[in-house]
Amino acid sequence: MIKSSKIVVMGGSWGGLQASLSVLKELPATYPIPIVLVLHRLRNFEGSLPELYDSKTLLKAVEVDEKEEALPGHVYLAPSNYHVLLEKDQTFSLDDSELENYSRPAIDVTFTSAADVYGSNTIGILLSGASRDGSAGLKYISDRGGTVVVQDPAEAELDTMPLAAIDQVPDGEIMNLEQIQAYLLSLT
Amino acid sequence: MKLENEAHFEQEVEALIQDIHTQYGYDFGGYARASVYRRIKRFLGQKGLASVEELRGALFANSYFFENFLQEVTVNVTEMFRDPAFFLSLRANVLPILSTYPYIKIWDAGCSTGEELFSLAILLEEEGLLGRTKIYATDINQKVLKQAKEGIFSVSNMASYTAGYYAAGGKREFSGYYRSNYGNVKFDSSLVKNVVFYPHNLATDSSFNEFHLILCRNVLIYFNRELQERVYRLFDESLVSLGYLALGKKETLAMSSISTSYNIVDKSNRIYRKAS
Repeated sequence: MIKSSKIVVMGGSWGGLQASLSVLKELPATYPIPIVLVLHRLRNFEGSLPELYDSKTLLKAVEVDEKEEALPGHVYLAPSNYHVLLEKDQTFSLDDSELENYSRPAIDVTFTSAADVYGSNTIGILLSGASRDGSAGLKYISDRGGTVVVQDPAEAELDTMPLAAIDQVPDGEIMNLEQIQAYLLSLT
Repeated sequence: MKLENEAHFEQEVEALIQDIHTQYGYDFGGYARASVYRRIKRFLGQKGLASVEELRGALFANSYFFENFLQEVTVNVTEMFRDPAFFLSLRANVLPILSTYPYIKIWDAGCSTGEELFSLAILLEEEGLLGRTKIYATDINQKVLKQAKEGIFSVSNMASYTAGYYAAGGKREFSGYYRSNYGNVKFDSSLVKNVVFYPHNLATDSSFNEFHLILCRNVLIYFNRELQERVYRLFDESLVSLGYLALGKKETLAMSSISTSYNIVDKSNRIYRKAS
């Protein structure tokens, strides 16, 4: 499969699951950009998130496996209790080091790592949530010329995360879920 | 880190990795890069160092500082009874077979500060096997080995460790295994009476014994494919036939050259058994 020069990294916590599902549900199975999704979950939670995303979207949803290649048409879910990093060769690395922002997986870790690899071709999207995780990562993406999108706090189930992001990256794009979806579709 | 400096960061780290190899004999060449870069940036921040050049100066001037660096860069975050289902499975599927041997030899590779080692020792104790088991606990880092030997952990983690212990099929009162003192707990040293603590570098050192069980959990994720392959072959050389190999939750033998000589004992808990 042809690699993508771009990457979409998406993060959220409380309310992020529903928000991400509604953003992703119209994307075609042939969507040309890999999507990495970091949701805060209960540690040691043994859920079936990949099955959920697989059934509610057209994309192939998988939990990230270490050394796996980031491919188009996929949504890659961060596993419980591991940070997700990207390598220069567009494969994933997992990391079980310290919690960051009280969380593992942490959104900042993935956003920062993606920007190191994809630079200005990184698209960072931060959704609803009740923590400050993700805003430093968005700032990092923005500093490297990438695209920053924040869910409209007025629409978010919890606005702490989007508000923290807007505070950190005032010139990021603020969009509602419908606009985020349209934006992602416009990239095809 | 300033953006303009960052272009040089990775090049400087690569040069540093080579020099660390020459100077100290530690080879990080096979470590997955994203994590190494992140941990070095983190270390720079912690120590208030402005650049890799400053780090280099400090590292080569002071071997204590180097030990400290080694501890930070090689991830030493660990828990007791991490993934309790794994320990439950070890208890149910592996220990009964090991109990048929007159003596048992286990290698805990990358034992870090010892949380997993003590979890394992408690399991063996409860299955009546500890007295005839010898465990080799190894790590690249002498400092964490010393910590592991002491068996002192922070009391703040004990609630979650206790929950993990019972989820892992714990049979006794967990608090019976340790004494509390000033915010720490010290585990009973009889648990590690038959443990040999030994510095061993998976990236460069060779096989040193034959084992019935090797545990190496959440270590290989930090290595690249080539180094992983080296370590799998090392484990293969170090296991008796019908010996067991236990990996971390997201690690798999599937892509390795040794996979065909192993059977899956527990797929979700990553326990494998060497074919005869």
